[in-house]
Amino acid sequence: MSFILSCPNCGPRAVDEYAYGGEVTERARTSGDERALFHYLYFRTNTGGDQREWWFHSSGCREWFQAERNTTRNEVLQVARPGELAPSREPAGG
Amino acid sequence: MAERRLAQRQGELIDRSQEVSFQWEGREVTGYAGDTIASALYAAGTRVFSRSFKYHRPRGLMCCSGQCPNCLVEVDGQPTVRACMTPVEQGMDVKHLNAWPSLQRDFLHLVGRLTPSFGMQVGFYYKTFIHPRRAWPLYEKILRNAAGLGKLDPEHRRTERFDKVHRHVDVLVIGGGEAGLEAAAEAAEQGRHVALVEEGLALGGQLAWGGPRSNGRLTALIERVNAAGVEILQPAYAGGVYEGLLVPVFQGRTMHRFRPAELVIATGSIEQPLVFGNNDLPGVMLASGARRLVNQFRLMPWEQAVVLTSSDEGLAAALDLADGGVNVLAVADSRRGADGSAIEDAGIEYLAGFQPWQAKGSKAVTGVVVTRDGEHRTLACDLLVMSGGSVGQTALVSQGGGGIRYDRDQRRYVPDSLPDGMRVVGAAAGSAAAAGAVPAQAPKTGCKQVVCFCEDVTTKDIALSLDEGFSSLELSKRYTTVTMGPCQGRMCHRNSGLVIADQLGLDPDSQRVGVTTSRPPHNPTSFSLLAARGYEPVKRTSTHHWHAEHGGKMLWAGDWKRPYDYGDGDSEVDAVHESLGLIDVSTLGKLIVRGPDAAAFLERLYPNRFGDMKLARVRYGIVCGDDGSIIDDGTVARLSEQEYYVTTTSSGAGGMEQWFTWWNAVWKMDCEIVNVTSTIAAFNLAGPNARTALSTLTDFDLSNEAFPYLGAGHAQIAGVPCLVLRIGFVGELGYELHLPAAAGEHLWEKLMEAGEPHAVKPFGLEPQRVLRLEKMHIIVGQDTNAESNPLEAGMPWIVKLDKESDWIGRYAIEWYKRRGNRLTLVGWEAQNGGVPIEGTQVVGADGQPAGRITSSRFSRRLGKAIGIAWLPVEQSEEGTAIRISDPKGSTIPATVTHKAFYDPDGERLRS
Ligand code: FES
Ligand SMILES: [Zn+2]
Repeated sequence: MSFILSCPNCGPRAVDEYAYGGEVTERARTSGDERALFHYLYFRTNTGGDQREWWFHSSGCREWFQAERNTTRNEVLQVARPGELAPSREPAGG
Repeated sequence: MAERRLAQRQGELIDRSQEVSFQWEGREVTGYAGDTIASALYAAGTRVFSRSFKYHRPRGLMCCSGQCPNCLVEVDGQPTVRACMTPVEQGMDVKHLNAWPSLQRDFLHLVGRLTPSFGMQVGFYYKTFIHPRRAWPLYEKILRNAAGLGKLDPEHRRTERFDKVHRHVDVLVIGGGEAGLEAAAEAAEQGRHVALVEEGLALGGQLAWGGPRSNGRLTALIERVNAAGVEILQPAYAGGVYEGLLVPVFQGRTMHRFRPAELVIATGSIEQPLVFGNNDLPGVMLASGARRLVNQFRLMPWEQAVVLTSSDEGLAAALDLADGGVNVLAVADSRRGADGSAIEDAGIEYLAGFQPWQAKGSKAVTGVVVTRDGEHRTLACDLLVMSGGSVGQTALVSQGGGGIRYDRDQRRYVPDSLPDGMRVVGAAAGSAAAAGAVPAQAPKTGCKQVVCFCEDVTTKDIALSLDEGFSSLELSKRYTTVTMGPCQGRMCHRNSGLVIADQLGLDPDSQRVGVTTSRPPHNPTSFSLLAARGYEPVKRTSTHHWHAEHGGKMLWAGDWKRPYDYGDGDSEVDAVHESLGLIDVSTLGKLIVRGPDAAAFLERLYPNRFGDMKLARVRYGIVCGDDGSIIDDGTVARLSEQEYYVTTTSSGAGGMEQWFTWWNAVWKMDCEIVNVTSTIAAFNLAGPNARTALSTLTDFDLSNEAFPYLGAGHAQIAGVPCLVLRIGFVGELGYELHLPAAAGEHLWEKLMEAGEPHAVKPFGLEPQRVLRLEKMHIIVGQDTNAESNPLEAGMPWIVKLDKESDWIGRYAIEWYKRRGNRLTLVGWEAQNGGVPIEGTQVVGADGQPAGRITSSRFSRRLGKAIGIAWLPVEQSEEGTAIRISDPKGSTIPATVTHKAFYDPDGERLRS
């Protein structure tokens, strides 16, 4: 991987300046529903396509942000401060 | 030497006024400044430069441009140096790579001679050496010795520094031939910042080696490039093109990581060999190679040359060589309808429609047989020049994400779709006048016809792979390793496709043969460059030099260097127990959490409770992942209503900063997290005399009443503002001082002075590990792993399931609680004096593993081995007898204990 990713604070930088924080997930808030808890803890969708994810600018401003990225083409569709990503575009042709 | 050179002429690279001497195989050879190792050796009569990879056939110069494997040598101990690309230097020591005992008499050559009964054909060792199976180690040893290029010295230590540089330019041009120079000049003249990479020793490509006619044009072009301010990296090469147009350029000991706004590929084309019998004999050379020797190094070591060609390039080469002074006897052109009149006008015999059949000679060419319609003609010669047309170098285009398509008219692969920011110019783009040519099919001569010179793959090997069912280019490549050698297919990709098309009866112009995938590295690249200095510098504490000067054995500890001990760990332990010790704990991670929501934030992050903490107090805490596993531990001191000072493990500092800030990015609470790890030094003064010693440096009331165990306060110590934490990781009365790192060395020395009356000793990491184990304090990551939760790790008192707020790890830990503990973390002490090794198993009653030792040390204080272990709950009762396996064969009996081994009630800590 050597694509360019834009930090909302620092601008476009090589991806090796960042630490990947994984998919944006919804935290399970119960231990009652075992299935939901384990799904949140241990399963990732590993999307081949557009995905929302966390990034940490470890060699820069040391702030977290979110990005939407096409994982097969490594095309960065948008970046934003946490929780501020715009709604996803329509998936192109499924 | 002189008699082997032609008269001086414009365009030559050598400086005849300056001689350079070096060693070749232990003999002295003299060349001129400007010579390459190869040209100087050739001038001195060397013909065999290497032995081939598998069959150990003698090999001589072929391309003279760093594309083929034939001239790889060892220079000053460094293997696989390309002799034709390396300038001679006074005193260099050059040796052959892979022949035994010598290049001239290589016994391993016999292996090749024994074909086919004991053939080294493709796949032979899987088939031949499989029985009997137990003999494989022996076979392997012999085969490993016979194959391969050069030897690595396993004792070699790095003596030079290799570096990485990040470069951002507007335009990066790869290739310094005519097209590359023009593109570079044009861009620079528009005011853009341009860098150009050229692999060879001379700029200009064919303008430079193609004879004197083009010299004027070249000089003008170079002047233009220089005037425009193009930065030229030479000799240097692009190792590949990666995503986002990242181009590593290797030059000397530096890897430049170029990230250009525009990438111009001007890699030109490479002339292809022809396939015929013994086409690898020394003396068989590519036309462009021979022209380089004649035009650039003015070598003329031949009596008589024959040119074999399937394209107009060969005709041009014949004329140029004749013009340069070579006696060209004949040109055999495999085409029938081509125009050979210019050849005949030059007084050279032109043989239309004649294909090469077989080269004659054993260690050097003595002649060639050419054929037409079953008619054979033998010509005597000592130089055989071949030209199979050229192939555009598009490997970097496809690596960078460009598409390649076969162009039937030009008979070559040309770039099709290009990624944003990439441009292809010159011959690589398919625009060169000389079109690629399909050479005649390989004849069936019965002697070896080499397709891949690097990996020694012959037409027969490819036929065999197809017979065995590897029925396409990609499959055959994987089986025969054709195109997988150092040349990365430059010399064999086209011909292997043609041989396969021929075998399968495909139209050689059909796309169905396909292309193999090109991958970086594009050129052979030294590991030293890939492993060049990284970006993580070693971290040193403010007192690093003091430790080193006082016998500290400095070891890596994460990113830091820390003293293991100061030479006598046992007495350092004793000093802490009996009087006074001082340890540098500056490596601890340190975070300030500050703001109206600071308390609420920590409540949500830790299983512990922090909101109820009184000011000026410190509390031990653990950090869990949301899966309930322990990921870090440390202390949290409350400095004010809205400010907490958090320490983390030394290795956890960076990770904890990320963890804290991540959750705050999710929650967006009103507090800030500041990582002060590097700006704050920390020392722990510990031992029964700690209070007495420290009192001499401060007015701060250190009495037990004013400043009890787990107190936190600000004090001036020896003039330095410190945060003092009264905690006891090592089990004795202790004060952990946190202070500005700039004052670290000063305070350390003051503390040592104050401790002098008490025979203070500095103590290192290892004594600290013994001391903490005596107190059964865990080390996260050693005594715990990714599956350890606080309930099982014996810390249920930390977990506040009744907290009103939600917290990280809560739901998983609730689940663990419902499930019940399976394992538990306990202490053990051994009875018979044995000291188990860390990581060893506890042996159950049935002889099966039933637990694992995570920490183990001999405590002199206690006179026995002690440690920590994970045990199944049912075997973990206080007093349970366990057996610990010992690599020496027996087992070590031990007893489970739940209390700290030393001072179990903590009286010394609180004193
Ligand atoms: S000739 Fe180099 S890999 Fe084939
Ligand atoms: Zn940033």
